[in-house]
Amino acid sequence: MATIAIPGQIGEAAEERFRTCPDTGLHVHAKAETLIRVNLITAVTFLGIGGLLGLLVALTRWQAVHLLPAEMFYMVLTAHGAAVLLFWIMFFEVALFYFTSAVVLRSRLATPNIAWLAYALMLIGALTATVAVLQGRSSVMFTSYVPLQAEPHFYIGLILFAVGMLITCFIFLGTLVIAKDEGTYEGSVPLATFGGLTGVIIMIFTLASGAIILIPTLLWSVGIIGHIDPLTYKLVWWGMGHSSQQVNVTMHVVVWYTIAALLLGARPLSEKVSRSAFLLYILFLQLASAHHLLVEPGISSTWKIFNTSYAMYLAVLGSMIHGMSVPGAIEAAQRRLGHTKGIFGWLREAPWGNPAFAALMLSLVMFGFLGGISGVILGTEQINILMHNTLYVPGHFHATVVSGTTLAFMGVTYLLIPIFFRRDIVFPKIAQWQPYVFAIGTAGIALFMMGAGTLGVSRRHWDITFTDALITFDYPATAFFMLGLNGLSAIIATVGGAMYVIVVVASIVWGKRRTEEDAKTNPIAPGAAVLAQYGGEDTFKLPGTIVLVSVFFIAFALYYFINWRFLAGIWPMS
Amino acid sequence: MALLPPKNRLWWNEPLHRMEAIWISIAFVWGLLMFFVMIWWHINGNQNMSNESYRIQPDVFADRTEAFIQAYQVGADDFGTPIVRPPAGSDVYLAARLWDFYPILELVEGETYRVRISSLDWQHGFSLQPTNINLQIHPGIEMVITLTPNETGAFGIVCNEFCGIGHHLMVGRINVIDRETAALAAATSVAGEQ
Repeated sequence: MATIAIPGQIGEAAEERFRTCPDTGLHVHAKAETLIRVNLITAVTFLGIGGLLGLLVALTRWQAVHLLPAEMFYMVLTAHGAAVLLFWIMFFEVALFYFTSAVVLRSRLATPNIAWLAYALMLIGALTATVAVLQGRSSVMFTSYVPLQAEPHFYIGLILFAVGMLITCFIFLGTLVIAKDEGTYEGSVPLATFGGLTGVIIMIFTLASGAIILIPTLLWSVGIIGHIDPLTYKLVWWGMGHSSQQVNVTMHVVVWYTIAALLLGARPLSEKVSRSAFLLYILFLQLASAHHLLVEPGISSTWKIFNTSYAMYLAVLGSMIHGMSVPGAIEAAQRRLGHTKGIFGWLREAPWGNPAFAALMLSLVMFGFLGGISGVILGTEQINILMHNTLYVPGHFHATVVSGTTLAFMGVTYLLIPIFFRRDIVFPKIAQWQPYVFAIGTAGIALFMMGAGTLGVSRRHWDITFTDALITFDYPATAFFMLGLNGLSAIIATVGGAMYVIVVVASIVWGKRRTEEDAKTNPIAPGAAVLAQYGGEDTFKLPGTIVLVSVFFIAFALYYFINWRFLAGIWPMS
Repeated sequence: MALLPPKNRLWWNEPLHRMEAIWISIAFVWGLLMFFVMIWWHINGNQNMSNESYRIQPDVFADRTEAFIQAYQVGADDFGTPIVRPPAGSDVYLAARLWDFYPILELVEGETYRVRISSLDWQHGFSLQPTNINLQIHPGIEMVITLTPNETGAFGIVCNEFCGIGHHLMVGRINVIDRETAALAAATSVAGEQ
């Protein structure tokens, strides 16, 4: 391989592979940069496709519109899940893995050629699975529960995609080894790298679970294996399916810290606390497979309670810690910058017109209040009886992966384009409003689906009027109203998503090239120096953050007990 | 930072600030509380998941459902789906299959039944509306759940696990009648047999 470097010695050949970014001061490995660019573009492409498919789903469930015929609806729903939940988010995560390892550590990326192989595998896998779904005989939903069977190339596509991701994970780990070896940093790695490592570790667990279940399922689909136990399938499949969402949580928390660092020079309140929270993710998030098995026969309540609570809510503890330390870091940085008026002066005077900052704050609030709280309630063993497989479930996870992860990723894109494509963001007005439009749309999607789910409306259901069914049932009129509002929200979210795609594509193609001069006159990441540094804030006078977490806690506790009241009203059962 | 040389610090040696310690303690205690509420509800609550289930072959379950229907059938709906009124406290069979729930059950308010639910083919969902009880149904596993209807009316069972192209057509029914209606119906059927 051509990239063997001699530790401690940077020759001329080595030097030309790097550039120093005038905006961030980061030492950027050229090969890593190209890979980051290509993975970002691929991710945004899948977001565009998957987002439009999502609109079709919402417009079909809006019973007054009822856009697609049944067969196409189930196909589009399957394709929507794969395109956004897998391909958009995971290609973006590849870019983030390379960013938080090679770029943040000022190191070269391990084995860039193999990174291209990983990219190729992921792309081929994603396209194969997409084609399989669009051919119409693999409408098995994102979950593909057996005995529902897809065509073999659907599983082959997913397996290739996973192998590519696994290679990416090892490139991340290899880059850490190289950076340590070549002494590109001292002491502990920066928090962004630590978070990236957390994501990689959970990702490896995730992919291992996927391999354990998808390979036998592939063999079953071609007839080599006769039977796959549906319950076992679910247990192991969700070791992949849910854990991969925990990678998303981890990576968007990394993005929150990263945006706050780049824009405001925010440091974590304390390195120990933020890292311990990531460590709790590694140790306990994997138990969440149980969230999907709470009303399943054949599993004991003891197992369910222990696992669904991540061993007494220790992973929730991790998220609640980040929920304090991220706004705390922003408040501390703002106060250091002189915004000290009152309890919320730091918030009022924050750069709300900067799309990266707006996206960070909206993502933080919506992930916490909508996604986080609903997730814990949904994952409570008995309360799950009220919500299992209702629209409450997609309501919850749209709050986490769309309002949370996707919005955070959108926000950081406004910084990644100037840094890695060396172009200015075009259409600044559109960019400025984009996070707000998208946030309003996705908040509506999450809330109205949760509302319909609370009324018992089934998810993944083409027609809740049951027009052609022998036996029918009338859902309340409110449920139909909620589905209508969900459709409208989806239109707003699609507009927000389109604004994002347009700004990204136009900036990459037509954006003004950033010069060294631009970096001085028009800095995009004034706080960038702290990103690659170790060290926490010293101040803990954070009245605003104390108020915010108190409000969060009260909302959490109230909503939690309200749901126990709902549960007490249904038929007694045991 | 510029005044000091870069320190080779390690994250686990950093101090813990009081504000952080308070918030972590609150979050930890809240987690413990939520954990023990689930256990408390198993002891004191009235809505809990059953822990009784058996492996069963789908055809065996189908046979038992047929025998159950023959024993207690009281009629049929317009499309010929049997309506079954089992005695209170008895074992009740409900089969889910592509794409219906079989049979229609008629239960009495305030009485308790041991409902045995299983699938004859794929996975299905049991979403009893509008009371809003949602359970998962597996092929090969029989879930035994003790159910006590606490209101009268016609309840829909909506399949809420995607089960192929007819998924949205899969609806079942449970009718809950009050004790007086049930007694009257029993008397009429006894009179009819004499």
